[in-house]
Amino acid sequence: MSGASTAHSVVEPSATSKRIAAFLVILYAVVTMVPLAWIFATAWKTPPDSISYPPKIVFDPSLEGYCNLFTTRTRQTDEYIESLGPPQGACEEVTRKREMVIAGPSNYIPRFINSLIIAFGSTFLAVSLGVFAAYAFSRFKIPLKDDLLFFILSTRMMPPIAVAIPIYLMYREVGLSDSALGMVLLYTAVNVSLAVWLLKGFIDEIPREYEEAAMIDGYTRLQAFFKVVLPQAATGIAATSIFCLIFAWNEYAFAVLLTSGQAQTAPPFIPTIIGEGGMDWPAVGAGTTLFLIPVVVFTVLLRKHLLRGITFGAVRK
Amino acid sequence: MAEIRVEQLHKSFGDFAAVKDSNFVVESGDFFVLLGPSGCGKTTTLRMIAGLELPTSGRILLGGNDVTFKRAAERDIAFVFQLFALYPHMNVRKNIAFSLKCQGMPQKEINRRVEEAARILRIEHILDKSVTGLSGGDRQRVALGRAIVREPMCFLMDEPLGALDSEFRHLMCSELRGLHDRLKATTVYVTHDQLEAMSMADKIAIMNRGEVEQFGPPQEIYARPASMFVADFIGSPPMNFLHFHAGIPRGSGEALLGDAVVEMPVLQEDVAPRDLALGVRPEHIAFDDNSPLRGAVYGSEYLGTTQIVTVNTQFGQIKARTKSTGEVRPGENVGLRFASSRLSLFDKQSGRAVRSALFDGAAHG
Ligand SMILES: Nc1ncnc2c1ncn2[C@@H]1O[C@H](COP(=O)(O)OP(=O)(O)O)[C@@H](O)[C@H]1O
Ligand SMILES: [Mg+2]
Repeated sequence: MSGASTAHSVVEPSATSKRIAAFLVILYAVVTMVPLAWIFATAWKTPPDSISYPPKIVFDPSLEGYCNLFTTRTRQTDEYIESLGPPQGACEEVTRKREMVIAGPSNYIPRFINSLIIAFGSTFLAVSLGVFAAYAFSRFKIPLKDDLLFFILSTRMMPPIAVAIPIYLMYREVGLSDSALGMVLLYTAVNVSLAVWLLKGFIDEIPREYEEAAMIDGYTRLQAFFKVVLPQAATGIAATSIFCLIFAWNEYAFAVLLTSGQAQTAPPFIPTIIGEGGMDWPAVGAGTTLFLIPVVVFTVLLRKHLLRGITFGAVRK
Repeated sequence: MAEIRVEQLHKSFGDFAAVKDSNFVVESGDFFVLLGPSGCGKTTTLRMIAGLELPTSGRILLGGNDVTFKRAAERDIAFVFQLFALYPHMNVRKNIAFSLKCQGMPQKEINRRVEEAARILRIEHILDKSVTGLSGGDRQRVALGRAIVREPMCFLMDEPLGALDSEFRHLMCSELRGLHDRLKATTVYVTHDQLEAMSMADKIAIMNRGEVEQFGPPQEIYARPASMFVADFIGSPPMNFLHFHAGIPRGSGEALLGDAVVEMPVLQEDVAPRDLALGVRPEHIAFDDNSPLRGAVYGSEYLGTTQIVTVNTQFGQIKARTKSTGEVRPGENVGLRFASSRLSLFDKQSGRAVRSALFDGAAHG
C-alpha cells in the first residue's frame, strides 16, 4: 500500500481519469455560472451598456442599476432640475444625468420582506409539522400507516400548479387572496409532504434506544423527543429546511396568480421592473442578485449539516 | 434495592410468542443472569421488566409493587442498552448527568454524584470529552455511569459486554461483578455467553424459545441440568449424551447400554421403554481397560494440565476431560468408566431430565 508509484491502484483513479473528471466538472461549472456572472455584471452596467451589441465584457461600473431598483423616478425639464440644489448622494447624480428626479422608494424592499416572511414562515411550519408527523410515522403503530404515507406522497405526484384554479377560487372566497397568511399556508401544504418523507427517513435511522433510555431516566416522550431525537435529527432538519426554503423562495406561478398587491413576493415583482422605464436590465440584474443572497446565506450557514444530510442518512454514524 | 418477581409473563408479537409463561424471582441484591441463545426472548423479557414493552399477560412485581402496566419512568430502574445508547450530542459528563437533570436535582448535588460515579468507574479523566471518540471500554463505563448515578432500585443490562472484544470482556466481567459487590444493587444481566453467566451470576435463568428451562444457582444448573437443552448449553465442552433405548423401573440405579451395565443415581419415577439419553460431563469420564463399555479414540486436544479426548462409541461420540499425563493414540480401543453419582438421564422426546437421586438435596427440581 505504499501508493503513489504503483501502476494500477485499486482505490486511486489514474491521473488521466482524474484530469478528465476535473475537466468535466470545470466545464459544467462554467456553463452553469455564465448566466449568473452575466446577471452580476449587468447589475453594474448602465442601461445603454446592458443592451449594447456586441455585449461589453469590459465596462465602467455604474450604480444606476441598484439606484433604479430601489427608487421610482419621474422625468423633469432641465430648468426644473437646474433649479434644484446640488444632488444629494450618488443616486441623485446618476438619476439627474438621465433628466429625471427620484420620486420615492420603489416596492422592491417591501416585496423582498414579503418573500422572507412567506418563505421562512412556510419552511418553519412545514418542517415543524413534518418532524412531528415523521416521528409518529416512524415510531408508532398507526392504522393504515402505509396507505397514509402513500397518500401524503401522492399529493406531490402532479405539479402543484395543476390545482391553481380551484385554489384561486377558494382563496378568493375565504379572503386569503393576496395575504401573507394565504401564501404561507399554500407553500406549507405543498412542502409538508416532502418534509414528512425526508424526515421520516432520517428519524428511522435514529435508534429507538436513545428515547427509551431517556424515558427510563424519567423523561416523558415529548421531553425525550425534544432533548434526544431533535438534536440527532439536526442533519435531516437542515437538509429538509433547505429544500423547503428553495421551493418557497423561488415559487413563481402561484405568486403571480394569488398575490398582486400588499402580499406580492419578489419573484413576480422583479419582472415588473422591465416595464417601468423601458428595458431597465441593470435594475433587473440588481434585483436578481440581491434575491439570491438569502438562500445562499441560509445554505452556507447549514452547510455543515447539509453535506451529511443530502446523502439521506447513508453515511450517518 | 428490591426484589423482582416475574409471574406467568407472556408476550406475543402477532402470532409469534416471544416469551412464554416465564416465572422467576430475583432476590434483593442478587446478580441475576438471563441466559439463552440469540432470539430466545431475553431482550423482550428485560424490556417488559423495564416497562418498554407491555406484556400480553402475566405480572411483574418490583419490590412488592405490581408495576406490570406502569410507565418506564415510574419504575425507578436503570437500563444499560446493548449498544449503550450514549447521546452523541452530549459529552460524557452531560450523558451521566442527564437523568439527574430530569429530577430537578440541584447542580451541586448533580456534580457530586457525577464525580462519585466517575471515580468508581475510573473515568474522571474523560468527563469532558465527547462520547463519539471513546473506545468500547470507555463507552461501556460511561453507560454504567449513567445507570449508577441514579442509585436506582435495580439495574437491567442487555448484553452490555457484547460489543467488546473477548479479551476485554473478561476484564469487564470481573469489574462488573466487583461493582455489584460494592453497590449490592439488584441486577438483571442478559447474555448469550454461558461463561460470562457462570462466572458472574448468583442465579441463572436459562431461556430457550421463549421459555425458562431452568432457574437456579450456576453450580446447580451445571450439576443437575433439568433438560437436555440446558445440559448442552452449559459447559465447554458441553455434557455428553449416550443415546440408547430402554425401559427402567423406579428404584433401579442401572442402565443397560448394549452389554455394559452402567450405574447411575437411583430413579424416582418409572420410565416406560423409550429413547433415552444418558448425560455425563467430560470431567466425569475416566479410562478403565476393564470396563465393558468400549470406544475408539478419535482424537485429542491438549490443553496444558488437561486434555480433551474424543471417543467414538456405539451410543454416540463423547468427549472426556482427563489429565494430560495419560497418553492416548487415535484408533486405540479404550474402556470408559463414569462417575456414577453424577449422571443425568433424559427422556429424549421431551428433553426433560428423569427424576432421580441426583436431584436429592437440590433447592429446585
Ligand atoms: N417488536 C417485535 N416485533 C416482532 N417480533 C419481535 C419484536 N421484538 C422481538 N421479536 C422477536 O422475538 C424473539 C425474541 O427476541 P429477543 O427478545 O430480542 O431475543 P434475544 O434478546 O434473546 O436475542 C425474536 O425471534 C424476535 O424476532
Ligand atoms: Mg437481545
